[in-house]
Amino acid sequence: MDDLKQELKENIVEQLNLEDIAVEDIDDNDMLFGDGLGLDSIDALELIVMLDKNYGIKLTDPKEGRAIFESIDVMAKYIFENRTK
Amino acid sequence: MNSKYHITSFCSIKNNTVSLNGSVIYNDENNDFLEFIKAAYKSFETDYTKFFKMDALSKLAFLAADVLLKNEDLNQEEENNIAIVFSNKASSIDTDRKHQKSIQDKDDYFPSPAVFVYTLPNICIGEISIKYKLFSENSFFIFDAFNAQHLLDYTNSLLSTDKTEKVLCGWVELDGDHYEAFLYLVTKKGLTTHNKENILKLYNT
Repeated sequence: MDDLKQELKENIVEQLNLEDIAVEDIDDNDMLFGDGLGLDSIDALELIVMLDKNYGIKLTDPKEGRAIFESIDVMAKYIFENRTK
Repeated sequence: MNSKYHITSFCSIKNNTVSLNGSVIYNDENNDFLEFIKAAYKSFETDYTKFFKMDALSKLAFLAADVLLKNEDLNQEEENNIAIVFSNKASSIDTDRKHQKSIQDKDDYFPSPAVFVYTLPNICIGEISIKYKLFSENSFFIFDAFNAQHLLDYTNSLLSTDKTEKVLCGWVELDGDHYEAFLYLVTKKGLTTHNKENILKLYNT
């Protein structure tokens, strides 16, 4: 699980172009949206694509992302339980 | 024909160099555009993290506009009555290609929303407008080459009909390794008369 969390942090920083944020600065429980990393609605769509491309998880309702993308911790648990690749 | 309007400042970005009013303000020998524009952005200490999420054309247009507008002491807390009239030849082809590449293989079909949103050239106008609170008229024209006469006529029309107080206009071209930005600000006061001859003279500086 720790490897998955690390992988998620690295992918988020790289794929969402978070130039001013270092992987080691992201806490497992930091909020990804709002006051946390400050991600926006386009970032949310990118995360949905990332779930599909990297882990074979298709979110048909973007609203599902609100709960799943709460934090690295929540995301990692969801991926661990639902991944198909 | 003498114009009653004036060019108050101009900025160009080309050949690894950023110039403001004819003076070089940044230069490096990095031949990779994305590396060059990132280094230039950092050197100007503009604190705007959205810059890193922009596509290449928007980075080019945003940095040129930022260099120029920073010099105008605008109040960034209030709406600024500045229109934008941009033009280029390649439209958003650089980003269009990236998007096309992501959808051409049906077995590896993962289009990026962050890329797709930049598949129009006028998105770069939006990026500048958000940063500087510019809610006036805006247009993006596609020409085979820099068209000083069209920019002159369109800008004069906006000013003479009181659609705006100032116009930020010019050329922002990017296609692969080729890039070139030339932006200038037209107002009712200034030393350089706003006419075709002067626009071309500054463009060729």
